[in-house]
Amino acid sequence: MTTIDIRGVEKNFGPVSVLKGINLSVASGEFVVLVGPSGCGKSTLLRLIAGLEDASAGEIRIGGRVVNDLPPKDRDIAMVFQSYALYPHMTVRNNMSYSLRLKRTPKKVIADAVAKAGAKLGLQSLEDRKPRQLSGGQRQRVAMGRAIVRKPKAFLFDEPLSNLDARLREQMRFEIRKLHRELGATSVYVTHDQIEAMTMADRIVAMNGGIIQQVGTPLQLYDDPANRFVAEFIGSPAMNFLDAWFVSADGAPGLQVGDQSIAKLAPPAGLPADGRVTIGIRPERIAIGGETESIGARVELVEPTGVGTVVHLEVGGQFLKLFTTDRPRIAADDLIHIDINSDDVRLFHPETGTRLRHAT
Amino acid sequence: MRPVTLRHAGYWTFHYLLVALYVIVALFPLFWMLKVSVTPNDLLYTEGVRMWPSRTTIDHYTSVIRNTDFPLFFLNSCIVSATTSVCTTLVAAAAGYAFSRFQFRGKAAIAGLLLVTQMFPLVMIIAPIFRLFAPLGLTNSLIGLIVIYTTFNVPFASFLMQSFFDSIPKELEEAAMIDGASRFVALRQIVLPLTLPGIAATLGFVFTAAWSELLFALMLNSSSNATTFPVGLLSFVSKFSVDFGQMTAAGILALLPVCIFFFLIQRHLVQGLTAGAVKG
Amino acid sequence: MAAVSDYGPTAATMRKRRFLLAAEPWIYASPALFLILTILLVPLGIGVSYAFRNLVLLDPFSGEFIGAGQFVEIWNDGNFWNALRNTLEWTVVSVLLQFVLGLILALLLTQPFPGRWLVQALVFLPWAVPTFLSGLNWAWLFNPVVGPLPHWFVAAGLMRSPENILSNPATALWGPIAANVWWGIPFYAITLLAALQSIPADIYEAAEIDGAGPVTRFWSITLPFLAPTIAITLLLRAVWIANAADLIVVMTRGGPADSTQILASYIFAQAFQRLDFGYASAIATVLLVILLVYAAFVIALRQLIIRAH
Repeated sequence: MTTIDIRGVEKNFGPVSVLKGINLSVASGEFVVLVGPSGCGKSTLLRLIAGLEDASAGEIRIGGRVVNDLPPKDRDIAMVFQSYALYPHMTVRNNMSYSLRLKRTPKKVIADAVAKAGAKLGLQSLEDRKPRQLSGGQRQRVAMGRAIVRKPKAFLFDEPLSNLDARLREQMRFEIRKLHRELGATSVYVTHDQIEAMTMADRIVAMNGGIIQQVGTPLQLYDDPANRFVAEFIGSPAMNFLDAWFVSADGAPGLQVGDQSIAKLAPPAGLPADGRVTIGIRPERIAIGGETESIGARVELVEPTGVGTVVHLEVGGQFLKLFTTDRPRIAADDLIHIDINSDDVRLFHPETGTRLRHAT
Repeated sequence: MRPVTLRHAGYWTFHYLLVALYVIVALFPLFWMLKVSVTPNDLLYTEGVRMWPSRTTIDHYTSVIRNTDFPLFFLNSCIVSATTSVCTTLVAAAAGYAFSRFQFRGKAAIAGLLLVTQMFPLVMIIAPIFRLFAPLGLTNSLIGLIVIYTTFNVPFASFLMQSFFDSIPKELEEAAMIDGASRFVALRQIVLPLTLPGIAATLGFVFTAAWSELLFALMLNSSSNATTFPVGLLSFVSKFSVDFGQMTAAGILALLPVCIFFFLIQRHLVQGLTAGAVKG
Repeated sequence: MAAVSDYGPTAATMRKRRFLLAAEPWIYASPALFLILTILLVPLGIGVSYAFRNLVLLDPFSGEFIGAGQFVEIWNDGNFWNALRNTLEWTVVSVLLQFVLGLILALLLTQPFPGRWLVQALVFLPWAVPTFLSGLNWAWLFNPVVGPLPHWFVAAGLMRSPENILSNPATALWGPIAANVWWGIPFYAITLLAALQSIPADIYEAAEIDGAGPVTRFWSITLPFLAPTIAITLLLRAVWIANAADLIVVMTRGGPADSTQILASYIFAQAFQRLDFGYASAIATVLLVILLVYAAFVIALRQLIIRAH
């Protein structure tokens, strides 16, 4: 049972603070994805778990055992690098068996392990080749084979798919997930691609600026973002953000954008004094067509994508996008009506970006 | 590589002419030395300017090898140069690895220090070294020379090794360390095999530099047991018996190992220098 | 959930690991550092101290401290100023010639052509020749008895009768310069080759499309691009040349009439021939100071250029 526990971990490079107080628990067998923009600290955190960097403060436990003092080789983890880091002067077979040869494992055991891993990854015919004779996808597989052979306590992935083209990436996402189901090993996966995070993770850890912004299942982050960063980062096309404020019209509180009423909503806790708020609404939750309480908007641009249509709209001087699987017959400069369900509106503090919720 | 459309035949003839000129100028002095070395003494002064003597002889070579101490000098030079190149490469590989892989306080200071050592006149320390080495018994000894030559070459060799290490991605050692190797084992088993061309280039470069050194050898070794060939060759140049035939023969003999070595490794050397050379 | 009391490894173990990690690079670098400190820097310090003492090797009564006396001697020493002038001439001419000829060679070698690998190996061969041997070699070439050059000079009308330029104080310095340039071109060519290859190809292609011929491309792209780095490299390499005494010692021993004596060879002569370590060290100290000031100036210039870019 290999859990990974990170408590109060900080990392500074000289005066620069890259990780500020990270707390995270990865359950045994869980596939956790660290996601965030470049520079958010996700790769640094992964390297701390691997032992390639030293934590400035805090504690890292693997399988319940504190590993801060242990060099990488004693942590019993395996890592797949973005550049694969295959040993160029060794064959595929020797690449995969290197770790076992270091431990002076008997030859028969090595041969078995390599053969099994090779079979799982479809590498049987490539065992005598050198890395420079392989394609990108094949090198990826060898890197994973090298990791599997060791039967480590945990797998670490550092943006392994970034160097592959889109089609190959889709395929490898599937294969990595399948492998995880078969092996059931605890895995920590780093990526900047939110699609990889959404499709592969048991839980996502969204990071920004060296801090964990939110931890949850993909749908939790999608439906219930903790702040504007998470709301904006997860989901494609991205969430729309508009400036709005709360007014009391006829005694009933409402949310207003420009001079139009968007939704009938009570003000949440934590609202700034002047009633201003940032609202977030996902493009696919906006509907065309007006009934009562619909909102007037002007069409800026219509983008048919085949799967559906993205409509760029202007409402009260602000811009938003709408996504629908229909093919509406509208054109630029048309004035249309749109509908927004108040359940789909997310409220954020206009300065801090924190999610504002209604007290229940 | 700059792709240039090969349009003008005239341009290319000019190009080849210049190239030929450079090759001729590069090789001519060596050729002339060879020519004099095979010219028999009686023709030396009469046929001075001919491109090739009417009669050749290997008497000068046999004379140098049999009748002088030259073979001893040659041997001494071989020992000193080979040992120096091995020691220097070891020390420089370690230092170059440290510079390539680590960020540490004082790194800039040490790099600056190495740069400064390249700049001061070595003649400056001839006197102190002489006085330091004499009581230690390191004058008139090959070991003394080896120690000095190694030290002189370490800065530049470290710079060379650093640029060779830089060309190998850090991830390879990290992968090895995760696979279960300590950093030193990763260096030995993963990184060094990949820098073999660089090591060969550094060995060759230091060998050449040690082979050529004259002043310290002159100053520190006065007994002929520890004389290296540069000093030996200089001793042939005496005011009263200027034996060009023997001198040029000795010169050609001394030139052979270095030139062959260099010919073999120069491509790697150029690679290593071009990788990090344009740093002021 | 971990209790606060067993929060993390003790501060002591973290400090120990951090110490070991920080010490690692120093362990690797220590042999180099040790050698440089003991064999280069300590003697350097000792050498500078000799400058303040009267130290003649064979005189058992020498060694007393005489303060700045030797520096005053230097100031009044005509040979010193002569050597300084010669050092300037020697350095400037050598560097210029090596640079220009090296640049031409680099330009010739950047474009691939059949047999380029062979040409490269042959043309770089002079670098493998030991410096003093190239000195001797050229001394022989200039010697009318066994060398062709004086006779060719006569045939070309440059001389009236075949003489050895090394015997004539007016022309003697050209001998070592020729040897130095011959030996040094490969090194410059390699450095410039590296610099040339760092220029992105598309700039040239754009210029070609705009109609620029090879010469225009050279003046308006290659030179401006290379100028700052080349300038700095040149100025620093000049220091090497200023320090190179062995060619002079081998070819002319500083003569005739001290016309080829440079500071570095003057130091050697004082130390080796007259065994006057004190005076030699004084001159060496002066040379060192000059070079350090010069290097500081060059590095400051480099910072300026980097910031301007």
